[in-house]
Amino acid sequence: MDDWKDFRRVFLTLASPGSLWMLIFFIIPMTFLFVLSFSSKAIINGETSTTAYAYFSTFDNYFASAGTSYLVLLWRAIWTSAIATFVCLVLAYPLALAVCFAPPRWRPIMLLLLILPFWINLLICTYAMYSIFRSTGVVNQALGLVGLGPYEMLNNTTAVIMGLVYVYLPFMILPLYSTIEKLDRSFLEASLDLGASQARTFWSVTWPLTLPGVITGIILVYIPCLGTFLTSDILGGPNNWTIGNAIQNQFLEANNWPFGAALSFILMYATFIALIIRAVVARRSKGVDA
Amino acid sequence: MTEPIISIRNVAKRFAGGVTAVDNISIDIMPNEFFALLGPSGCGKTTLLRMISGLETPTEGQIFIGGEDMAFTPPNKRPTNMVFQSYAVFPHMTVEQNVGYGLKVTGVAPAEIKTRTAEALEMVKLSHLALRKPDQMSGGQRQRVALARALVKRPKVLLLDEPLSALDAKLRDDMRMELTRLQETVGITFIIVTHDQDEALSMASRIAVMDKGAVAQIATPAELYEQPRNRFVADFIGKVNLLDAAIVKQKGETKTCDAKGIGKFDMLTDKACSNEATIAVRPEKLKLSTSEPKGAGLVKVKATIRDVAYYGDTSHIIADTVEGKELEINVQNDSRTGGAGVERGQKMWVHFNPHDALLLTE
Repeated sequence: MDDWKDFRRVFLTLASPGSLWMLIFFIIPMTFLFVLSFSSKAIINGETSTTAYAYFSTFDNYFASAGTSYLVLLWRAIWTSAIATFVCLVLAYPLALAVCFAPPRWRPIMLLLLILPFWINLLICTYAMYSIFRSTGVVNQALGLVGLGPYEMLNNTTAVIMGLVYVYLPFMILPLYSTIEKLDRSFLEASLDLGASQARTFWSVTWPLTLPGVITGIILVYIPCLGTFLTSDILGGPNNWTIGNAIQNQFLEANNWPFGAALSFILMYATFIALIIRAVVARRSKGVDA
Repeated sequence: MTEPIISIRNVAKRFAGGVTAVDNISIDIMPNEFFALLGPSGCGKTTLLRMISGLETPTEGQIFIGGEDMAFTPPNKRPTNMVFQSYAVFPHMTVEQNVGYGLKVTGVAPAEIKTRTAEALEMVKLSHLALRKPDQMSGGQRQRVALARALVKRPKVLLLDEPLSALDAKLRDDMRMELTRLQETVGITFIIVTHDQDEALSMASRIAVMDKGAVAQIATPAELYEQPRNRFVADFIGKVNLLDAAIVKQKGETKTCDAKGIGKFDMLTDKACSNEATIAVRPEKLKLSTSEPKGAGLVKVKATIRDVAYYGDTSHIIADTVEGKELEINVQNDSRTGGAGVERGQKMWVHFNPHDALLLTE
C-alpha cells in the first residue's frame, strides 16, 4: 500500500476541513473550559463581574466539586448509567442474535424497527415516556378502568433507568448486530459437533468471539448515559438529578461557568477511566477480533 | 458379514423454495473405509455430509450410524466429528485449548484431557505449537489443529469437508499422504467431500460420484475410471473422448457401432442397447502412427494434428478426423523421440483397440 507520506499535500488538503472543524468547535472550546475550571470570576472594584474571569487563579472549583452533594450526583450518574447499560446489554444481545439468525429478507425490517428510537429526537422520546407513565398517563388511565391506581411511576431512579434504556438501546444493538453478523457460523457448528450443548456453545464460543461488539456497545451507551440531564430531569425530577443536571444548572441557572467547567472535567475524567478500562480489556483479549 | 458403520437409507433434503439438494440417496459405508463423496459444486455432497454430522436434518429417510437411526439426533450427540472447510479453529483459544475443547465440554477429567490432547498433537506433529494462538499459524497448521481436535474425540466416523481446497499445491500433496497415513494409523472411517477427482482417486478406497443430488455411481477408483456407468461419470472422472454412435447391428454380445466421424467397428458388451450409444475412450488408450496400423479389429481413422501440449513425461495431442471429430490423445514420451516428434498440421493415423473402449448406454 502507498504510504500517505508520499502524498503529503493531498493528505493535508483532504484532512484540513475536518481538522479545522475540530479545532474551532472542539479543541478551542474545550481548552477554554479547561482554563476556566481553574479560574474564578474576576472581582472588579469590589464587585463580582459576570463576564470577566481571573484565569488560573484557583483550585477552588475542584475542591467544591469534591463536596458531598456533588459526589452523590456523580455517584448516582455512575451507577444508574451502569444499570441502564447492563439492561441494554441484556435486552440487546438476544435481539441482535434474533435478527442475525432471522431469514435474510426479514433482517433489514427487523433492524429498522429495533433502531427506530435512534431516529427520533431524544426530547420527543423522553416526553413520550413521560406522557405514558405520569399519574394521569395512558398506563394509569388503563389501570383506572379496572379500578387500580393511579400509581406514581415517575420521579424515581427506575424511571430514569427505563428512559435511558429506551433512548440508548439502539446504540447497543447496532455494534452487537454487526459483530454477531460477521461471526463465522462454522465456529458454532464446530462447537456443537465437538459435543458442546447450545448453552455451552454460547458461553464458550459466541460470547467471547463477540466481546469486541459488547465492549463497543457498552461504551456507546455508558458514556452518553453518564452525562444525561434531560432524562433524569423529566423522568426523575430533582431528587434524581445526576451530575449532568448539576453541570447544566451551573452553566444556565447559576451562571457559574468556572464551577460548571470543573464539574464537566470531572465527568470527563470518569469517562476516560472507562475508556482506559476498555483499552486494557481489548489488549488482553487481543486476537479475538482478528 | 460386517455391518456398515453408516447406512444412508433413501435420504432426501429439500430446502424451502423447492430446491432439492439431495434426492433419495442410499449409501452403505463400511468400518475403516476411506470414502469419498465426489461431484461438481452444487451436487449435494456437502449437504449429505452435514446430514451425517447432524448439522442438517433430512427431509426424508434414515441415517444409521453404528446401527442406530440418528437422522434427527443433534450433532453433539453423534459419534461423528467434522473437519470444516474453513477449519473453524477457535481464534480465542490456544492450539491446546482448541484440541481439548471437545473433551472439556463433555466432562472428561482434566488429567485425561491433558494426555489425550498431547497424543493428538503428537499425531499431527504440532506438539511444539501447543501454546500458539491460531492467528500465529499457517493454513496448513490450522488444518492440523482441526484434525487433531476432531480425532481426539475418537469418533466412529471422521467427516472432512473439502479439507485440501484451501491449501496451496505443494501442501496439498503432503496433506493427501498425511490423511491417508492418519486413516491407516487411527483405523476409523473417513468420509471426505471433494470436487477434485485427483484427491478422491488417490485417497479413497471407495467413491460415490454425485450429480444433481443423486448418486451416479459408487465404486473403487479403478472401477470408476475403467468402468464408468454413464456419460456423466466417464466425463467427470479423468479425460475422455465421447463418440456418439449408432448401433447398426446386434448379434448376442457383439454390437456393431457406427461412430460419427470414426467409422464402423464391433464392440463386445452384455449391456442391452437401443439404437443409440456413446463410445468412451480414454486419451491414453488412443495411439498415433504415421503409417496405417495393422491388426485385426483395430479401430483406425486418419486425422490432422491440431495442437500439441508437451508436459515432459507425456504429450497431450488434439487431432481432428477427416470428418471433423475432435480427439484427444495422450502419448507417453517413453523414448527421446516419442510424442515430442509429433508436429502441428501433420496427418497421422489414430487407432485404438475396441477392448479399451467402453460402450455407454446412459
